[in-house]
Amino acid sequence: MNSFIELAAGGAPNPLLPHTAEIIVGSIAFLLLFLVMRSKVVPMFEKAYTERTAAIEGGIAKAEIAQAEAKAALEQYSAQLASAQAESAEMREKAREQGALIAEEIRAKALEDAARITAAAHASIEAERAQAVTSLRNEVGALAVELASKIVGEALDDQARQSRIVDRFIEDLEKSK
Amino acid sequence: MRALSAFSAKGEEFIPPSSKDFVLPPIFGDNAFTTKPIFLIGLSVILISVFFVLSARKAAIVPSKFQFAGELVYGFVRKDLGEEILGHEFKRFMPYLFSLFTFILVNNIFGIVPFIQFPTFSRISFAYVLGIITFIVFHYVGVRKQGTVKYVKDILFMPGVPKPVYILLTPIEIATYLIVRPLTISLRLFANMFAGHLLLMIFILGGEHLLQGAIGLKLVSPFAFAFGIALTFFEFLVQCLQAYIFTLLTALYIAGGLADEH
Repeated sequence: MNSFIELAAGGAPNPLLPHTAEIIVGSIAFLLLFLVMRSKVVPMFEKAYTERTAAIEGGIAKAEIAQAEAKAALEQYSAQLASAQAESAEMREKAREQGALIAEEIRAKALEDAARITAAAHASIEAERAQAVTSLRNEVGALAVELASKIVGEALDDQARQSRIVDRFIEDLEKSK
Repeated sequence: MRALSAFSAKGEEFIPPSSKDFVLPPIFGDNAFTTKPIFLIGLSVILISVFFVLSARKAAIVPSKFQFAGELVYGFVRKDLGEEILGHEFKRFMPYLFSLFTFILVNNIFGIVPFIQFPTFSRISFAYVLGIITFIVFHYVGVRKQGTVKYVKDILFMPGVPKPVYILLTPIEIATYLIVRPLTISLRLFANMFAGHLLLMIFILGGEHLLQGAIGLKLVSPFAFAFGIALTFFEFLVQCLQAYIFTLLTALYIAGGLADEH
């Protein structure tokens, strides 16, 4: 109020002097604002901040867990893959060994069979030859007898010539042997 | 009011704006509680409260644009003025720092809002009120944190200083803590708003006066207006800066009280 009086009096008021009504209203106004901020604004903003932080941190934690799980799965799969590869290599190796063994067996058997067949063939050829020799002998004998009988029948008169022929024949036979 | 008087004083000598122009008469009769600054203070409280209560109401994790706007201001005070200066205890002081910042900011910006055009803190009473509250708060925090004896002792006899120096230092420290801090923080705010408003008035009322003068003066007048407009932008900067500085100093004083040694 003083300043109004001063103004009315025509002097310039001192701007550094406080004004009672303004002090009162200023204090009340600021107090009201402070109470509103303290009860309604700051806690809500802080709540939003906290929840946001929690949400972000939760998201990060979740992502980390997922990543760890994925990594574990990957490791497991790689391990499985490696063992499968080792196993298949082992199986291939075994199969090759077995294959070689079987081939060897088959070859041995084939050789054996071939030997056996050759032996059988030799035997049968031998038998046939023996048989042929036997039958040839018989035939030769018969032929000889027949020839002899013919010779005998034709010229028995010539005793000396006859014995010569027989001798020569036998001689020839022996020579041919 | 100035504009009217300048208009009626056509052709007369230019009366420069003075501290008189900051003393606005009551709007309703003789009631000192109905002046423009007092209405503006009330208006600022309503505007700030409505805006931030609505903005903060939902406190959603994914904010709406409106909530984001509120959080932008709150986040600035929280991070730059709270967390960085006060450390882990800053949350306790956020209501005070945030009220202080928004209250000063809005009342300062009133100085360049068309039709309002009066920075409330060019009335020193309001600046004194905030200065005194800050004064009480930082001393209270210091006493609560360190205990009365240690707090007063550390002010009177700053630790780690050779004894003879106390002859000089103790009076300075007493003056700093009891007079200089609350006074300078209030005066800085007041003086900036007062001077800024005075400067704008000089250019705009001066331009108006020139426009009513001779033809040569009329030609100069646009420059005065242009300068007035440029200064308005400059004032906006100063208004934001002063809100920041007041809050920053308050935070620093509180931090001094919180620290074991200052």
